[in-house]
This record gives sequence, C-alpha cells and structure tokens, in this order.
Amino acid sequence: MIFPLFDTIRISLYTQNLMGENMDNSSSVRAFIGLRNYYELFTNDNWSWHFWNALKNNTYFFLLHVSIQTPIGLLIAAFLSSKDLRFKHTYRTLIFLPAMMSIVIVGYLFNLILSNLWGIPQTILGVVGLEHIYQPWLGLKGPALITISLISIWQFVGIPMMLFYAALLNIPDEILDAAKIDGSGPMTTFWFVKFPLILPTVGLMVILTYVGNYNAFDLIFAMKSLYAGPEYSTDLMGTFFYRTFFGFQMQLGNPTMGATVASTTFGIILLGVLIYLFAFQQRVTRYQY
Amino acid sequence: MNNMKEKYNHLIMHVVLIFYTLICLFPVYLLINNSFKKRRAIFKEPLSLPSEETFSLIGFTKMFSRVDFSIYFYNSTFVTLTTLFLVLLFGAMAAWALSEYKFKGNTMLGLYLAFGIMLPIKLGTVSILQLLSSMNLVNTLTGLVIVYTAQSLPLAIWILSEFMKQVNQELKEAARCDGVNEYQLFFYIILPLMRPPLATVAVFTMVPVWNDLWWPLVLAPTGGKQTVILGMQQYIGQYVTNWNAVFASLTTALIPILIFYMIFSRQLIRSITSGAVK
Repeated sequence: MIFPLFDTIRISLYTQNLMGENMDNSSSVRAFIGLRNYYELFTNDNWSWHFWNALKNNTYFFLLHVSIQTPIGLLIAAFLSSKDLRFKHTYRTLIFLPAMMSIVIVGYLFNLILSNLWGIPQTILGVVGLEHIYQPWLGLKGPALITISLISIWQFVGIPMMLFYAALLNIPDEILDAAKIDGSGPMTTFWFVKFPLILPTVGLMVILTYVGNYNAFDLIFAMKSLYAGPEYSTDLMGTFFYRTFFGFQMQLGNPTMGATVASTTFGIILLGVLIYLFAFQQRVTRYQY
Repeated sequence: MNNMKEKYNHLIMHVVLIFYTLICLFPVYLLINNSFKKRRAIFKEPLSLPSEETFSLIGFTKMFSRVDFSIYFYNSTFVTLTTLFLVLLFGAMAAWALSEYKFKGNTMLGLYLAFGIMLPIKLGTVSILQLLSSMNLVNTLTGLVIVYTAQSLPLAIWILSEFMKQVNQELKEAARCDGVNEYQLFFYIILPLMRPPLATVAVFTMVPVWNDLWWPLVLAPTGGKQTVILGMQQYIGQYVTNWNAVFASLTTALIPILIFYMIFSRQLIRSITSGAVK
C-alpha cells in the first residue's frame, strides 16, 4: 500500500527515452535526473501551463464544494435531527441515494440532461418563467467548471449530511434541555450550542472533501473525456495526470512525468492533511459527554 | 401558542426537505423512466411516464445485441465478491491482532493504516501499473482484486478494531479459562459478535469497488475483462448518438446498486449514525 506511493516518487526522479515505450524499469532505459522533472513541470511551457491550470481549477472545484456542500449538508442534518419530525428516515435514505451511484453514471446522465437536444433545463426554467437564463452551461468556458462542481455537490451532499446528522444525534439531551431552560431559541441553540459541539466533524468533512476533490477524475472523464473542455477549463489534477501518463492524441505518454504529477498531487494532499492534523485538530476544543 | 409555532417550523422543514429530496431523485427518475420509452417519446415528453403507446424496450435489445454485458456483470461480481471475501478475512484477523495483542510496532502499524485511509492509493498508479505489468497481471481480474483489497483494507481494519476493542474483557478471559485456544476464540466467539460491523465493512468495501472507473480503466481496459462501469463507459463512447441505447445501458449499470441500496440502506445508515464511522 505504501510502497507504490514511494516508488512513484522514486520514478518521478528519472527520465526516459520516450521511443522505448514500455514500462521498463531498467536503468538503460531510464536515467536519473534528480528534481529536473519537477522543475520542468513548474516552469517549462510544455507542462507548466497545464499544471497550473489544473491546480487552479482543482482549487476552485474544492472551494465550491466546501462553500456549498457543507452548508447544505448542515442545514439538512439540522432539520433531520429535530425531534418528532415525521418521515425523517425516508428523507435521509432518499437524499443519500445519489452518493451510492457510480460517478460515471451521474456524469453521463447529466450530460444528457443538460444537452441542448433534450431541453430539460429549458422546460423547467420555462415553468418558472426564467427560460431566458438558459445557456449551454457545459460548453461555456466559465460556467462549465461551476456546473460540473454543482453536479458533484448534488451527488455527494448525502455524505456531510450523514456525518453531521450522526454528530448531532450524539449530543446529549441534557445539554439541549439546559439551553432551553436558559431561554435559548432554536437558532441560538444551533449556533452557540450544537455547532461548536460538532465542529470537529465539520473539520473532518472538509479534509475528506479536500482529499476526494484533488483525486477527482471520473466525473470529468465521463462528461468531458480527456479534452477537459472547453479549452481545458475543466481540467483537474486527475485528468492532467492521466493525459501525462498515458498520452493523448499527438502527445506520447510519459510515465516518469506522470509520476511527477502524481507525486505533486500527493504533496498537495499531504500538505492539506498535515494542516488539518496540526493546525485544526490540535486546536479545536473537543467536548466529552 | 408554542405548539402552533412548532407546527409551523415543521411545515417549513418538510417543504425544504421535500424540495431537496425531489432535486435528488428527479435525475434518477428521468433516467429510468426514459430508458423504457420510444425515441420519439424521449424527446417529446421526457417527464411523463411511459404509456402503452410509448413503452418500448428497444434500447435494451439494441444494447444486448451489440455488447455482451453479461461478461461485464460476471467480471464486476467476481471482482467485488473476491475483494469482499479477502477484505473481511484479512481485515478481521488484522483488526483482532491490533486490538487484542500487544506487540512491537503495534502503534506504528495503527498509524500506518491511518495513513492508508487518508492517502488515496490512486496516487501510486505509475508504480502499481509497472509492478503488475512485470507480473503479467495487466488485463486480468486478479490484478484488480489485489489493488482493491489493498485499497479497502485500511478502513476495514480501522472500523473493525474500533469494535473489537469494545468486546467485553471478561468474556475473553472466561473463554481462555475454559481452555479455548486463540484461533477458536477468534473464529467461534469474536467473529459472530462482529456481525454488524462486518456488514458495515462489507457495504463500505463493495460499493466503491463496484462503482470504480479508475482501476479498470488503467489495469484492465481491454480483452473482455472490463467491469460493468468501464464496459458501459466504452459502450456509450461508441454509441453516443443512440439515446435509447445510452439510457438503457445507464439503467442497466445503475440497477444493481439501486437494489443493493434498497436492501442495505437501513443497515448502512444505522452503521453510519451509530458512530461506526467517526
């Protein structure tokens, strides 16, 4: 499990004659070049534009997830955790359903739904009289990434919902009763009693989203193939890695450069996890009950 | 007065929840609904249910005539179940060792596994592909099973050892006093107690393996070893203009998971909310 990660980092320090196109590990095919692959990746025009573009898109993708998915999940979980609300089991089962579906299926499905030929969004917007705001979102450079992020959020909102719901259920009734007796209304109780108590779970959710987002690949691959179009505006680290490693169209696959991209992603994820472990988890106050 | 206010609050909550549930279900409804319709009806009235006039299985017949999805189903089922078996067996044994016995490196091993949960194995693709191709395991189901087992074990071990730590100390001591050896203790006493967490682990192992695209794409893209998801992806790539066939193949790939979820949703949700996954 850990060997491939370090071996990948090792491979990223080599270069290879691209005509000898096999996965050969022998030193006659590969030459040790130290960190030059990283230098090329960050600065050489062949790579760097794609790299920084993918990194920028991916960060945007992550920020959209955190800022939309977390509040929606929190809201639904807060509603579901309120006592004697009827049908809550049905709600949570159905809201969690998309998270069980394969990302590939979701990707193709939304490609069809948002397709110009089918016209589902026009019909729905027509009902509320907003037909004119329809655009072929997936085909436009700016909205494409936002649309794809929203689809991913749609699919995975169930996960923060479940985690927050579980955390909210764990809060003992005595605390909530005490708050009520002290004259705290539902909103005050939520923000000043419940929210601080589930803050560790919120932090966990953010880091899980972070790891998942920087690994995302399937959705872009299904909806946009490896072009990550339009004009690479939906390119993420995962798709960039795949193109570098296996090659695409005129570009030959480059295993050692692929390893470099993977190792860089590894570094980014590790950085996030370390920040979470040391800056967040150490500081946040945990309450035992 | 207070009661009125509460009712009002609940009403708002229901409205929001129903609205959001509809958002969640609407695309799925569109998908399944339209896979049973004629081409004209798909475009003309996408929202309505198939009627006697518009009902058609043409997408499915077209799809099954062109590709042998049964092979893909066999591949997916084989990979998922073999992985599940290996993960449950090794996971339970490793979790038992980690939670029950004190040995050198126990803590280190625990940290190592936590590392494995956090960092996705996908990042080691270059090395894994090289390794498996040197062992001639590319385009085989064995290769997939190995990778998936490695990928699923850390989380499985972690969940199971959390539960095994809670097993009553006196129970274990009583068994040992009765002359039960350590293997019998594990197989006849501990494992039966672990049924609910094992089910949780089973769900968390099977769903990602079944749904995965990356590893089949990288390790077994050709040669009749594709999984359902990859086979569907390749099929849609070829016949993207035939809407009937596309809907039919998406539905076919989705149905197993839907059935699985219908059966296990209660178990799954209970295990999440009871704190099996913290």
